[in-house]
Amino acid sequence: MATQSVWRPNIKELARRELKTRPVESGHRLCAGCGAGIIIRQIAMAARKSIVWINATGCVEVATTIFPYTSWNVPWAHNAFENAAAVASGVEAARKKLSRVGRFANDPDVELDYDIVVLGGDGGTYDIGIQSISGAFERRHKFMYVLYDNEAYMNTGIQRSGGTPFGARTTTTPVGKVIKGKPLFKKPIMDIIVAHQIPYAATISSAYWNDAIAKLRKGFEADGPAFIHAFSTCPLGWGSAPEDTVKIMRLAVETCVFPLYEVTNREYRLTGPSISIAKNPARKKPIEEYLKLQGRFRHMFKPENKWMIDKFQGWIDKQWEALLKRAGY
Amino acid sequence: MSTPMIGWKEVPIAAVPFLSSKEYPTGEWAVFQPKINESKCIKCGLCWMYCPDSVYRWDGEGVPVPDLGHCKGCGICVAECPTKAIELIRV
Amino acid sequence: MQDYGEQAMMALNGDEAVAWAVKQSNVDVVAAYPITPQTIIVEKISEFIHNGEVDLEFVKVESEHSALSASWGAALAGARAFTATAANGLALMWEILYIVASTRTPVVMTVANRALSAPINIHNDHSDSMGARDSGWIQIYSEDAQEAYDNTIMAFRIAEEAMLPVMITLDGFTISHTLQNVSVLPDEAISNFVGIREIPRIKLPEIHGEKEVPLMLNPKYPVSIGPLDLYDYYFEHKVQQNEAMKASIPVIEKAHKEYGEISGRSYEPVHMIPYRTEDADVVILGLSSAMSVVKKVVDQLREDGKKVGAIRLRVFRPFPADIIRKELSGLTAVGVLDRSLSFGAEGGPVALEVRSALYSSLSKPAVYNYIYGLGGRELSPKLIAKAFNELLEVKVEPENPTVKYLGVRE
Ligand SMILES: Cc1ncc(C[n+]2csc(CCOP(=O)(O)OP(=O)(O)O)c2C)c(N)n1
Ligand code: SF4
Ligand code: SF4
Ligand code: SF4
Ligand SMILES: [Mg+2]
Repeated sequence: MATQSVWRPNIKELARRELKTRPVESGHRLCAGCGAGIIIRQIAMAARKSIVWINATGCVEVATTIFPYTSWNVPWAHNAFENAAAVASGVEAARKKLSRVGRFANDPDVELDYDIVVLGGDGGTYDIGIQSISGAFERRHKFMYVLYDNEAYMNTGIQRSGGTPFGARTTTTPVGKVIKGKPLFKKPIMDIIVAHQIPYAATISSAYWNDAIAKLRKGFEADGPAFIHAFSTCPLGWGSAPEDTVKIMRLAVETCVFPLYEVTNREYRLTGPSISIAKNPARKKPIEEYLKLQGRFRHMFKPENKWMIDKFQGWIDKQWEALLKRAGY
Repeated sequence: MSTPMIGWKEVPIAAVPFLSSKEYPTGEWAVFQPKINESKCIKCGLCWMYCPDSVYRWDGEGVPVPDLGHCKGCGICVAECPTKAIELIRV
Repeated sequence: MQDYGEQAMMALNGDEAVAWAVKQSNVDVVAAYPITPQTIIVEKISEFIHNGEVDLEFVKVESEHSALSASWGAALAGARAFTATAANGLALMWEILYIVASTRTPVVMTVANRALSAPINIHNDHSDSMGARDSGWIQIYSEDAQEAYDNTIMAFRIAEEAMLPVMITLDGFTISHTLQNVSVLPDEAISNFVGIREIPRIKLPEIHGEKEVPLMLNPKYPVSIGPLDLYDYYFEHKVQQNEAMKASIPVIEKAHKEYGEISGRSYEPVHMIPYRTEDADVVILGLSSAMSVVKKVVDQLREDGKKVGAIRLRVFRPFPADIIRKELSGLTAVGVLDRSLSFGAEGGPVALEVRSALYSSLSKPAVYNYIYGLGGRELSPKLIAKAFNELLEVKVEPENPTVKYLGVRE
């Protein structure tokens, strides 16, 4: 059973803690307004004790450790693109064995009492890394895997991934004369993860910071593998204004493009604004409000492409209904 | 600042980074940077929470203080401030 | 020196001998995935764990790529880590081989040498580990099950002191599956020899001041491992790594010397072992189990008064170029055995290295390369004798091909 946390994030306490130690330093080279910059800070804010951070290849990895600089004041390791969950498996196995035998018990320079967090992008999670994640979850390693989903391979220049939504323009799904953006829908990553029957999985939008940080804390506390699907606005890849990053994170929830929920031992529960939308469907905003802030969907607003918005809306409605059923509405 | 250039004999093993990125002035990217109107600020801390670059220092009580040397001028804090207490100023 | 008592003589195949070495070497984490002919290693280790005979974490990963990735994570977290594989499994690890070496992580891996696909073939040749020769791992090739046991134990000492990963190979089936009498040292002797893994220290004055901090994932003194490196530093890091490879030569020698003191087996001289070469005109040089057969043929030919000898190369990386030059200069001819191809190259990997080491010698022998044994093809004494006789009559003529296949049908 995942421990049901009673911990509620208090913004003042979190700020005071960051004054003392800054797990993620300024001076990283994420783009201005990058949503991932907010997510990594919130992960660190949710920590209940020391953490060890394993990062898959991608924007965050590249931007935070450009040699000779590092933005990390927590132990941090990056190996490759597709294997962060496997690396974390090894770290966890080592910590288990070394703690069991009291290896560093008398060494004041070493600490073994830490939680492990893994951060991977949508490319590293939906696509190339899915095997190592599945393996690690089957083996029940205790770590929290956070997917920051900016819905494309951003680090290599905005190519589509399994997480790219329908219609979106990327450099490998350009808006051409015949095919306009991505013709396929987003892979249901949460369903795939939940099928592993891990103790805790949740979606977060950093705009709802208290919901996000509380869930991240539950992920740290889970008695086994935990998975957090974090919505990550990417101004560069999405063609959105940098100042709209948090606004888009909010709209994604309000339009049910990215509903907020958690799955504790296979039991679904809606959280935050998704509850009020479930109770009062009139609150569900049309997806246009979300789409129109992003250049990657601009072509869909041409009259001849309106069918794309309808198709997208239809798909979102179905996903939402399915979620409502699972969450007992 | 310029990046120090060390030879292979001195550079730490295993390519371990030896400087903190706080030494790296990403504030130089910014064209606009925020300025807080203290009289409008209700000390909610949202600017601190949403800044992707950890620019604000906030003790939980007073008005958050930005470290403009690292502010990229994205404008999130301006957009998210509930009382419109922050404005962007050309630097 | 402490007296640990008798070594136990056990009938073990090569894989079991490796599993025994792992069991005795205070290994903390094993992460591995089964593949013939390595499987007995992972099975035997599992058996040891399930019988409570060893206390280690075995991460039964879903692929070799993850096996090496998990080993890396474990080593960075402070553990002594081991993995084992062969052929396709090693090929799948290729990306991570480089990363493990470049981050100076002391993982030890056994490779039960097997041919690479396609066509799929489970039998022995060296195309798998030779394919990994440029990845930054120390490579030591074993002649028999005893040596596979000894090498695996020494590998932990070498890896941790040199801060480089070590690959120990044994020939698939010929060694991995063949029973042999193996002298197994008492647990305590091995435990004392390898010790508990010590964590190297690193100085990062701008981050942690003057204190030397453990180079591991450790919240007390955080370090970042595996950054992005651009043209301003990558070259320096690579040169440093290459120099570390050269600097591992005395480390390898020291481990052998000290192991020799407790076991009586020091494999001197460590990098390559000559056999009846003192007055030889012609020598065959090669790796691993085939050299047992070559040595028998040397004995036969010596009875006929032919001045022949053999050299078994043990340490292929770092390549002992100086020693090779010293040992081979002055001979009339050298036959170099290669159990793998470097497609499109002027010979197999061993021959390429030997030839280039000899190039600066003033009295270089003729070098002939014999490609043999691919996919498990037997190397008979008759074929070896044929090669020796050819070398004895050697005439250096430009039209004389210097790369030949031994034992292939035309
Ligand atoms: C095995 C391998 N294939 C391809 C790449 C190139 N590559 C580096 S990052 C990346 C995309 C990362 O995408 P994602 O995981 O979504 O992270 P993001 O950059 O969007 O944050 C790719 C394709 C690689 N590093 N390794
Ligand atoms: S490309 Fe997107 S995800 Fe990557 S740093 Fe820029 S804004 Fe962030
Ligand atoms: S968001 Fe606005 S009101 Fe809130 S602390 Fe910052 S400046 Fe003050
Ligand atoms: S403008 Fe952007 S980078 Fe600057 S302080 Fe505001 S949120 Fe942070
Ligand atoms: Mg991405």
